Amino acid sequence: MTIAFLIPLLPLLGFVLLLIFGKKLGSPNSGWLATAAVGASFVVSCVVLFSFLSRSAGNPYRVQHFFTWMSVANFHLDVGLLIDPLSLTMVLFVTGVSTLIHLYSIGYMKGDRDFSKFFLYLNLFVASMVILVLSDNFILTFVGWEGVGACSYLLVAFWFERPRAASAGKKAFVVNRIGDFGFLLASFLIFQRLHSLNYKTDFSHLNLLSPTSATVIALLLFLAAVGKSAQFPLFTWLVDAMEGPTPVSALIHAATMVTAGVFLMVRVAPILALSHIALLTIAIVGLATAFIGATSACAQNDIKKVLAYSTVSQLGYMFLAVGSQAYVAAIFLMVAHAFYKALLFLGAGSVIHGLHDEQDIKKMGGLRKWMPATSITFIIGWLAIGGVPPFAGFWAKGDVLLGAFSNSPILWAIGAFTGGLTAYYIGREVYLVFFGEPRWQQLAVKGPFHDSVHESPRIMLIPLYVLAIFSVLGGLLDLPFSKHLGFLGRWLAPLFAGLPQLQRVPVSLEITLGTVDAILAIAGVVVAHLIWSKNWQKPSLEPVFLNQGWKVDSTSDAVVARPGATVARLSSLFDSTFIDGIVNGVGALGVKIGTSIRKLQNGYIRNYAMGIAIGTVLLLAIELLRVTP
Amino acid sequence: MINSLIFYPLLATSLVSISVFVVGAAIVLAGACGVVLAKNAVHSALFLVMTLFGIAVLFVSEQANFLAAVQIIVYAGAIVVLFLFVIMLLGVDNLELQPIESKPRKVLGAVLIGLVVLAEILLLSRNSWTSGAPSTSGVAFGPGPTINRLADSIFSSYLLAFEATSALLIIAVISAVVLVRRNNFDSTQEDDFENQMPKQILESDSLSSTTGTNANKETKGNLL
Amino acid sequence: MSVSGTWYLTLAAALFSIGAIGLLIRRNILIMFMCIELMLNAVNLSFVTFSRTLNDIGGQSSVFFVLVVAAAEVVVGLGIIVMIFRRSATTNADDLHMLKG
Repeated sequence: MTIAFLIPLLPLLGFVLLLIFGKKLGSPNSGWLATAAVGASFVVSCVVLFSFLSRSAGNPYRVQHFFTWMSVANFHLDVGLLIDPLSLTMVLFVTGVSTLIHLYSIGYMKGDRDFSKFFLYLNLFVASMVILVLSDNFILTFVGWEGVGACSYLLVAFWFERPRAASAGKKAFVVNRIGDFGFLLASFLIFQRLHSLNYKTDFSHLNLLSPTSATVIALLLFLAAVGKSAQFPLFTWLVDAMEGPTPVSALIHAATMVTAGVFLMVRVAPILALSHIALLTIAIVGLATAFIGATSACAQNDIKKVLAYSTVSQLGYMFLAVGSQAYVAAIFLMVAHAFYKALLFLGAGSVIHGLHDEQDIKKMGGLRKWMPATSITFIIGWLAIGGVPPFAGFWAKGDVLLGAFSNSPILWAIGAFTGGLTAYYIGREVYLVFFGEPRWQQLAVKGPFHDSVHESPRIMLIPLYVLAIFSVLGGLLDLPFSKHLGFLGRWLAPLFAGLPQLQRVPVSLEITLGTVDAILAIAGVVVAHLIWSKNWQKPSLEPVFLNQGWKVDSTSDAVVARPGATVARLSSLFDSTFIDGIVNGVGALGVKIGTSIRKLQNGYIRNYAMGIAIGTVLLLAIELLRVTP
Repeated sequence: MINSLIFYPLLATSLVSISVFVVGAAIVLAGACGVVLAKNAVHSALFLVMTLFGIAVLFVSEQANFLAAVQIIVYAGAIVVLFLFVIMLLGVDNLELQPIESKPRKVLGAVLIGLVVLAEILLLSRNSWTSGAPSTSGVAFGPGPTINRLADSIFSSYLLAFEATSALLIIAVISAVVLVRRNNFDSTQEDDFENQMPKQILESDSLSSTTGTNANKETKGNLL
Repeated sequence: MSVSGTWYLTLAAALFSIGAIGLLIRRNILIMFMCIELMLNAVNLSFVTFSRTLNDIGGQSSVFFVLVVAAAEVVVGLGIIVMIFRRSATTNADDLHMLKG
């Protein structure tokens, strides 16, 4: 347990080493160093887990306090790690998935000019994420929160020579700021009401919160999560962020960073439980996001954008679970999603790598003959995310939908339909990429292209295999059949002990709902097969409206950006005329006075003498007036 | 005190002192007017000598004998000679022989100001300005020669000031040498090594002065 | 009994005024200098007069210092005039206005 501090420290050390020696180490040694740092961090996490398991009896919390960061009046901020089932779960899958992605990146980024810089960013990102997860107070969490935001910016805009990548990075940063704003306001409010920012202290004094302030805090924290976890209407940055290197998409936009919002929601579950309005808002926004993401994914042509919208949709599911107070389901889906979405992204990266940076699925097809390993693992990922039993997605999504059902059957219905949609749109991608006629031979002929389509190197395939195994077996984490099989549920249970429990659904209904889920998922697969195994173009099923992600971008542009630009223009006008007018006027006045007084200094000695004489006269006159009664 | 003195009966004083004062005053005023009005600078300088002699006479009549002597030696002997020397150095013919200000308006103004100053001083003198406090540097009259008391005062009360004047004189001498030293225009006659620096300084000086004037004109044009 | 100090002071004031008028109306820089000497002498005269009427040797000491300062001033001032004359071959104060603002 005492070595827990190594978990964030090792990636941070990797970051510092790469900062100093990165250029010298070069490719691929700096990649190996970074991977080793994160891998060691994962090993340490495992050790900590076992020591936690062997010791923790009853008390789910272990706080490791390091030092007092700042202490002002009654404000004391300690730097400490909070080790509980939630943070351990997060740390394990963050470091675990990150290690695999690091490994994969060594192959993917080979030959890139800024090879070592990429790993430097990756290590800093992992360190920030771990700090975010392990922190025992809001402020330290915010440090990690900002750290992952900054790294996201740096990594999305990694190929900053491309204007689109640069602007996507900016967009990610700016949109995240909206969330940060919510986080900060929530922290301030919590400190004002509870006089502490420590999670444990806050949660033990929640009775001091009035219902209104609890609602406000919960909604502000949700705003933070909306920004970070790409919920409606702030999800557009995640889609644009696909401009970054594919491992970054896998790491940030599938496995780790975007789950920070969900993590935060689960962490502050005791606060959320105080406000029904906040919970309902979270559930509805989550479901809307899931639906919008899924429908938009149906009409994308970019291999990564399909996955991006699918991520948005899956995150929506997680928030649906949080809003329905099915926190265990949210975590379960988060972990399962980390596996299969990382798998899908890395698979997509493998395809892109093999096709020399071609990302349009309309220009692919038939690749399973050239890339057998990638196609098999990708199909596993498809079935997992689609919710086909017995893959991980089925169990995780089943839990989420169960929670939604106990909240409201309408939520369940839309969620279940969206689940079928998920199986369909990933299926569409699978068929367009791996099946059918190879279209890249006719459409994308550029130079020596034909013969060089190839399977990826082994270093990129190993992470795919590992993730594929986890995607298949991930369901074992929390099986519903028996209390003894619900590992995750039992493991996390102490965290939510004091909170209102989900109302149990009868077992027969549970089986029915699961069956319906499975049928819908299989139906999605079948529909995808029927439509897309033969065709590769079907404009009626790919409306522009969906392709543009429900036009959220252009709407927010019209509603927020343009009026904002107008206000900026007006204030610029105000500044250039009024403010500058005052400033320049003061300057001009000085010049005017100077030029007029300057004429007195005409250089003629006798004028100066005359001045002295007149002064003498005046002085004597004053004296005369003074002494004369 | 002055107020009381003004009504002091003139007749009570001895005829000698009255005549000395009148003659001295006449010399002083005549010399001063001569300095101001003479066309030729040489004449002005000679009128200045006249004034200074008059002042010396008045000093003697006020029993400041030592100062009278110094007045003659330093002023008439050294300073005026210096004036004349400079006039000769520059060449009498080069000095413009303009009597006074060409514009009558200015002359009138200047005279008016001078008269107003005079009137104001006289008016102010009607008030008593003495505090009645005893002297700090010793009395002026007593047994023994005045010069002893003057020396006592200068070398005790005003010792610091005296030392400062010695420094001032040194500085003045050195600065006069530096100022007037001819920056050789004909360097061929003299040693190159000795004259390189002053020449450069002169050139840079003249250059900067002309460019300075030009720059002045330009900035003026810009600003106005 | 000598003449009362008042007359001396009046004479000094008159001398001072004449010097000031001369300074204002003359254009020859050398003569302007001489006018300054006139004004200094006027002050000297009044110092000596005060020394006599107040029976205080300090007045005579001041005259001593004024003499020294005047000598130094003349030395430096004439040096400057010589320099100016070498530069611009004039002693007319109205021709010298390079320092105008």
